[in-house]
Amino acid sequence: MKTRLQALPASRSASALLAALLLVLAAAAGAFWTMEHYGHVVTGMDNQIVWGLPHVFAVFLVVAASGALNVASMASVFGKTEFKPLAPLSGLLAIALLVGGLAVLLLDLGRPDRLIVAMTHFNFKSIFAWNIFLYTGFMAIVATYLWTMMEHGMGRYTAAVGLGAFIWRVLLTTGTGSIFGFLVARQAYDSALLAPLFIALSLSYGLAVFMLVLMLACHGGARSLGDALMARLARLQIVFIAAGLYFVLVYHLTNLYFTKHHGFERFLLLEGGIHTALFWIGQVVLGGLLPLALLRHPAIGQLRRRIATSAALVIGGGLAQMYVTIVGGQAFPLVLFPGRQISSSFRDGIVNPYQPSLPEWLLGLGGLALAALIVLLALRLLPLLPQRLDDAVMQPEPSEPIGAKA
Amino acid sequence: MLIDSTTCASGCTDCVSACNTENGLSSATGPTDAQWIRKIEIKEVRTGKTQSLPMMCQHCAEPPCVDVCPTGASFKRADGIVLVDKHSCIGCRYCVMACPYKARSFVHEPLDQQKPDVPRGKGTVEGCTLCVHKVDRGESPACVSACASAGHNAMLFGNLNDLDSEIARRVASLTARQVREDLNLDTGVRYVGI
Repeated sequence: MKTRLQALPASRSASALLAALLLVLAAAAGAFWTMEHYGHVVTGMDNQIVWGLPHVFAVFLVVAASGALNVASMASVFGKTEFKPLAPLSGLLAIALLVGGLAVLLLDLGRPDRLIVAMTHFNFKSIFAWNIFLYTGFMAIVATYLWTMMEHGMGRYTAAVGLGAFIWRVLLTTGTGSIFGFLVARQAYDSALLAPLFIALSLSYGLAVFMLVLMLACHGGARSLGDALMARLARLQIVFIAAGLYFVLVYHLTNLYFTKHHGFERFLLLEGGIHTALFWIGQVVLGGLLPLALLRHPAIGQLRRRIATSAALVIGGGLAQMYVTIVGGQAFPLVLFPGRQISSSFRDGIVNPYQPSLPEWLLGLGGLALAALIVLLALRLLPLLPQRLDDAVMQPEPSEPIGAKA
Repeated sequence: MLIDSTTCASGCTDCVSACNTENGLSSATGPTDAQWIRKIEIKEVRTGKTQSLPMMCQHCAEPPCVDVCPTGASFKRADGIVLVDKHSCIGCRYCVMACPYKARSFVHEPLDQQKPDVPRGKGTVEGCTLCVHKVDRGESPACVSACASAGHNAMLFGNLNDLDSEIARRVASLTARQVREDLNLDTGVRYVGI
């Protein structure tokens, strides 16, 4: 049975969501104005922690953006045609999340008014400069991908453009991970592992956002959504979460083997206060092990509830991971003289504290709200979501997927 | 620049004060205040031996800050001095993340009473310029002059590439080391006694 794509109808809940998002965006605009007018002194950032909460939100959104394309790639690249009706939503989410993340990155610049400089002066040895092309190219290729899916007669190009988009998303997340991986100065970074680690994490972050948005849109738009489809996505998510945990494990095992990184590992895994707590409780347990358990064990409860809870946990764990990676990596002091204690007026040799301020929270949440606004408006105005997604039209596989029992 | 940490006095901050005065820095040492040069106190964990030395931009021949700067605002002059072009810095702070020496500061607040020779600006990144405006007039950086005035003579400035210069001779005769030599950045600032 074929399913048609259709825009969501007007509804009171959609209008309420729109109003709430506009409110958050207005607050974020106020936060941006405050930071722009008074300078970054109004944030919790300083000369020790130069990338704070806005970067946590922004990098999470950028990483989740590439992962949100998973479902479309499953259909176009890996031949899982049952996901084909969901590919437009997957592409839309990829663009929306990227725009949200980039907006936060831009507005957190010391001189956001110089965007034109960033777009016209390039140092091609800088990963940031590569990323400008990777980000804009990603948006262009995913927009083209959406076009081939939605324009009559363009379908024959979908597979080729979909493959291009998949390759591009791998490059994009490699670039994002390498922002940190190529920093030789700091103990937390300086590792080629960060690129594949970010790719692995992007898979589960993006799928978590996708599943939540899909369930919310189908619920709000009164669209049927089959359990078999959701169970298939859940099975995919189990593999993705496990892949992310595997790379986190290898990253820390590598550091634990190298004596020069023992100080950093002791800090992060044992003595780092908020960073240690966020790593173990936020990233590993709530963001990894608990979602795995929820998705693996039908006895825990009803399928949809388990999927929604696990997706929210993965997103929360993802934000915790970004905080640990970005802020934790700066909180640990630079090692200028290995084996010796140092102190100075510039806070050398100490663990640097960081207390995010309200403008930073609002700017970060503004990025989430912008992504959500784009998704809401696009789903409302464009035919991107199938009319029906129940099991009858989604052609479930003959074998019972893991965790399918409600 | 050659810095002799064996003659650098612990507690003396004349180089820091001179830098602040010359470049119009506030001298404040809060978490968001700019510090282009600072005194680092070093202590051997096992023996308790202490040392003191000034730390600033090391003016690397292979500077990570220049590598990571997306717009090319961080750049190295032909003579090896590493600077920030205040007109093309977008304030992304990637160079601060990349510098192994914590030598860069981000300007967190609006500035006033700036020095005509030393351009600075809110929302941009800055660091030691080796007092490039003085060097271009044939003078020494303010920190070096202050150290000499204090009688310590722990800092020597010159052209490392000129083999006949005093600094090149002393670097050749003494065991001059680079901080974080393992990174192979070929720093323009060398230390004796570390």
